[in-house]
Amino acid sequence: MTAPIAPTPRAVTQQRASLLRSVLRQPLGAIALSVIALFVIVAIIGPWIVPGDAYTAHLDAILLPPGTDHILGTDPSGRDVLSRLIIATRSSMLGATIALVVAAAIGISTGLVAGYYRGWFESIFSYGASLFLALPSMVVLLAARSVIGPNLWWAMVIFGVIVSPAFYRLTFATVAGVRHELYVDAARTSGLSDVRIIGRHILSVVRAPVIIQAAGIAGVAIAIQAGLEFLGMGDAKLITWGGMLNDGFQAIYRQPWLLLWPTLALVLISVALTLVANTLRDVLERSSSARRSRSSEQAPAVYTIPVGSALSVRDLEVAYGNHKAERAVVVRNVSFDVAPGEVLGLVGESGSGKTQTAFAILDVLPGGGRITSGCVALAGKVTTQAQRAHERGRSVAYIPQEPMSNLDPSYTIGAQLTKPMRKCAKMTKTEANANALRLLTRVGIANPERVMSLYPHQVSGGMAQRVLIAGAIATEPDVLIADEPTTALDVTVQAEVLDLLRDLQAELGMAMVIVTHNFGVVADICDRVAVMQDGSIVETGDVESVFDRPQHPYTRELLGAILDDASVRTLPSSTTTNGVPS
Amino acid sequence: MGRFIARRIVAGISLLFVITSAAYFLLYLSGGDVARNLLGPTATDAQVAAKATELGLDQPLLTRYWDWLSGALTGDFGNSWASRAPVTELLSGRVAVTLTIVVAAVIVSGIGAVILGSLASSRGGWVDRTIQVASLVGAAVPGFLIAMVLVLVVAINLGWFEPTGYINPSTSITGWLSTAVLPITALAVAGVAGVTQQVRGSMLDERRKDYVRTLECRGLSSRTITYQHVLRNASGPALNVLALMFVAMLGGAVVVEQVFSIPGLGKLTVTSTLSSDVPVIMGIVVVTVVLVVILNLLIDLLQAWLNPKVRLS
Repeated sequence: MTAPIAPTPRAVTQQRASLLRSVLRQPLGAIALSVIALFVIVAIIGPWIVPGDAYTAHLDAILLPPGTDHILGTDPSGRDVLSRLIIATRSSMLGATIALVVAAAIGISTGLVAGYYRGWFESIFSYGASLFLALPSMVVLLAARSVIGPNLWWAMVIFGVIVSPAFYRLTFATVAGVRHELYVDAARTSGLSDVRIIGRHILSVVRAPVIIQAAGIAGVAIAIQAGLEFLGMGDAKLITWGGMLNDGFQAIYRQPWLLLWPTLALVLISVALTLVANTLRDVLERSSSARRSRSSEQAPAVYTIPVGSALSVRDLEVAYGNHKAERAVVVRNVSFDVAPGEVLGLVGESGSGKTQTAFAILDVLPGGGRITSGCVALAGKVTTQAQRAHERGRSVAYIPQEPMSNLDPSYTIGAQLTKPMRKCAKMTKTEANANALRLLTRVGIANPERVMSLYPHQVSGGMAQRVLIAGAIATEPDVLIADEPTTALDVTVQAEVLDLLRDLQAELGMAMVIVTHNFGVVADICDRVAVMQDGSIVETGDVESVFDRPQHPYTRELLGAILDDASVRTLPSSTTTNGVPS
Repeated sequence: MGRFIARRIVAGISLLFVITSAAYFLLYLSGGDVARNLLGPTATDAQVAAKATELGLDQPLLTRYWDWLSGALTGDFGNSWASRAPVTELLSGRVAVTLTIVVAAVIVSGIGAVILGSLASSRGGWVDRTIQVASLVGAAVPGFLIAMVLVLVVAINLGWFEPTGYINPSTSITGWLSTAVLPITALAVAGVAGVTQQVRGSMLDERRKDYVRTLECRGLSSRTITYQHVLRNASGPALNVLALMFVAMLGGAVVVEQVFSIPGLGKLTVTSTLSSDVPVIMGIVVVTVVLVVILNLLIDLLQAWLNPKVRLS
């Protein structure tokens, strides 16, 4: 019996090969990998390629400058520096390998067990990890050396144990994350033993992060080993970079160049290892620093905007990605007008571009997104990006979908409400406080003083949404954009919030755009509706006419689906409210 | 909040107890014939036995451990085997020296990382790329190499600072600066580099969150949002990395002190390692772990101050 999504060994090898290839494709990654490969080769064939005598002291040739006989010169005992450098590569690489193998063996195995079984394993191993993390490894290695003597290999074994928590934490977090994924459950119900599940499904998940971590640890191992030898704590019989640094440091006034070569070797390998880890991480994540791009809106003259329109959008196109090949257009040819006091519903399924349109109007498109053509006009005037940014929180306001994630968890509600008032409307602290209390009362919060002193995690979703509404109307905006303002709320709270929005809109005479997938919301509050599909508006008109005579097949489909859905949902609940169990 | 602090203190004490006990047994069990090692091969058996009695080595290990532990609780870590001086006396002056340098390096790392990390995450472009490459290289190069380069270039060739030695800040602040700037720099390079990467990464993560968009829509400037909201919420993970950096710097100080001939804990560690002076090494382990526990407690308090969820739970 095989598990449904078990990756075949072949798929895994292919994946691994492609990971290596994609690192090699990056110029820095390719250079770094070649440097590491070079060091490994030198470590292996070192003794056969040395040009001079690395071991015997020649008192007639001490501290010679670089020359034809000795390419990099000689050290204070007259030994050939290049030869010593080559020989030393082996012990450094071998030491790093020992530390890495020990750390990986301990860290990965305990991490797998603790992440998979949790419970006692987790408590014990995590406590152990925190013990090791509290210890500076250099101090431990020196303490150990005082009893086991100058043995580099044992020092590296001990170092491997001390740094094993790095692997443990990584493996534990990854495994605990996938522990309850469906494919792991499926493998378990299909009768696979725990050992095979860990081996086949879970190890493949931790592989990439482990490789990244390994490169980092190898670098630290090489550095700490050199540090020990530099202190004179290493094995005197071994030639090492750290030992060469020590020799060079003794002769720092006479021949400072002696320090350069082992330093160069250490820096090269450390930087190469870090770069490989970093390239791998970039290849795996491919996200990082996508910045918000500047828009390339067209010259404003060509658009006709109705006089007295609060918000007008003309031929709006929004796209992500810079290169032609990867560019994705998410909104195209979108045009509409909203008059003061009018409510427009922007309706469509998720992915139809309605939220992207709203973000474009507010100039808050996520990284990589920008307006590629068309324009947005406020109060009858075509705006630039900078003008729209300036109008945010003044004449244009926004109410988000998910109330909890839209409040900063670190500040009290009062602080978040009053800060924009003081920064944008230049109110004093007392004015802003009084204004915030008034607004909170207006949005139906019973105990505003108390709510002001609470943090977001201490209030309910409905309360948080009222707070966000209060913040949005604080400057009495002309245009209010609400992105699914009721979707994340409980059904009873939804109706209250919708009532509140309708009242506020009428009271302040705002033009309002409600982004929603719910025709119930449209029927309740909107004057006009625009239906979006695949980034374009397919139908627009008065709410009544669109509801009674939908023209576009997609509108009819949406209306039909919602009516079916509503009947299914409302029937059982209406029977229970009547007290008659179904 | 009170219970939170109490829990952290209990956890710290248990950590201290477990590590020092483990260190005690490992160091004394594997120590071999200490008395003979101390006296050298020419000593007679009677001399060795007398030495062992003098050091208390003829007692059972558990009895000795109990004596050590009850002494340690009152601040008495016994006497050095090599110099016969009380361990506490050997430690007292040196802890301050090392701690001054390491704490200064931690502060420099924290400030530098906040500046560079927020710059990299909010500017993007070549500023971001330059900072990223610099922090990668800075994190990769071992601190003692930087120390040696600083001695060679800044101290010996340029003569701007003292290449070796140490002057207490209580004696002369300028004197302290002339001896401490280079070691602090050598330790802080890796700290700045490592914490910068974390600050940059978590600020980028934080910037993608919903509340940032909402704050933008309420009209706050991007500077206010970056420094008052994004940075504050991103500082939690960065503080954890800074705590790990402190541990790493305590270790790094051993080598850096050697390069600059600074009479701190590091130098004491090296000399007592070479002479297998186990009581002194035990004292160093205790002091190190106490420092780490205290720093972690401070970081926890800072986290709680920054994050109301931790504080109020």
